[in-house]
Amino acid sequence: MVHLSAEEKAAVSSLQGKVKVDVVGGETLGRLLVVYPWTQRFFDSFGDLSSPDAIMSNGKVKAHGKKVVNSLINGLKNLDNLKGAFAKLSELHCDKLHVDPENFKLLGNVMVCVLARHFGKEFTPQVQAVFQKVLAGVANALAHKYH
Amino acid sequence: MSLTKAERTVILSMWDKISTQAEAIGTQALERLFASYPQTKTYFPHFDLHPGSAHLRVHGAKVVAALGEAVKSIDNIGGALAKLSELHAYILRVDPVNFKLLSHCLLVTVASHFPADFTADAHTAWDKFLSIVSCVLTEKYR
Repeated sequence: MVHLSAEEKAAVSSLQGKVKVDVVGGETLGRLLVVYPWTQRFFDSFGDLSSPDAIMSNGKVKAHGKKVVNSLINGLKNLDNLKGAFAKLSELHCDKLHVDPENFKLLGNVMVCVLARHFGKEFTPQVQAVFQKVLAGVANALAHKYH
Repeated sequence: MSLTKAERTVILSMWDKISTQAEAIGTQALERLFASYPQTKTYFPHFDLHPGSAHLRVHGAKVVAALGEAVKSIDNIGGALAKLSELHAYILRVDPVNFKLLSHCLLVTVASHFPADFTADAHTAWDKFLSIVSCVLTEKYR
């Protein structure tokens, strides 16, 4: 469970509605695969990942990135019960996808860089801190069902 | 891990822009560090950590200046930062985990100031560069 003060909620609420999930999603996943190439190990079926340009323009990367970021933004709506909200996804990532939870932190931090790029000054230290808190909570929730 | 020629070029070209706003960028990176990772404040009990404080501005400028030394000697970062490496190992003894946190906040600050320049390639180059700097600074810890 992540607790946000009224101030923290306010800091984030104006940005939340402006996040273009398809753009931010595709860029976030793309950058994860470019900046940390070992993460490509989970995406053998995604086709051409042979160069940064290929990755950033890959349709499957964009589509999957959108799915992932949609899910992360949903985290913002379920702060009282992140573990419950992400239980099924946690099981999926452990049992079927076999993803090391370390990757959730990597992806979260890449998303923060992408948000900073898109929102510039508006992505203040205070807004960043709230996103880091929420993303850490989501990462924990996603790792919760691992066994 | 070492930087490719292309990565060095990216860093050198962006550095010109970054160095003109050295104090602002250094200060903001520190503000981001303390806001997102409050435990890092434990290394600065002697500082006024209010956003925009003189302490933060001076220290932020210092941090970015040191990165500038590393950029100037990008082929020999170990040599350029040898003194700083000793300082961190024997005097400051900042826990190694914190270098990742500050590196991340530096990336976020650069991304927010230079959105067009901070391409996926630039992101990779800077992340690698800051990892190398962090390694150099913790190299003498034990």
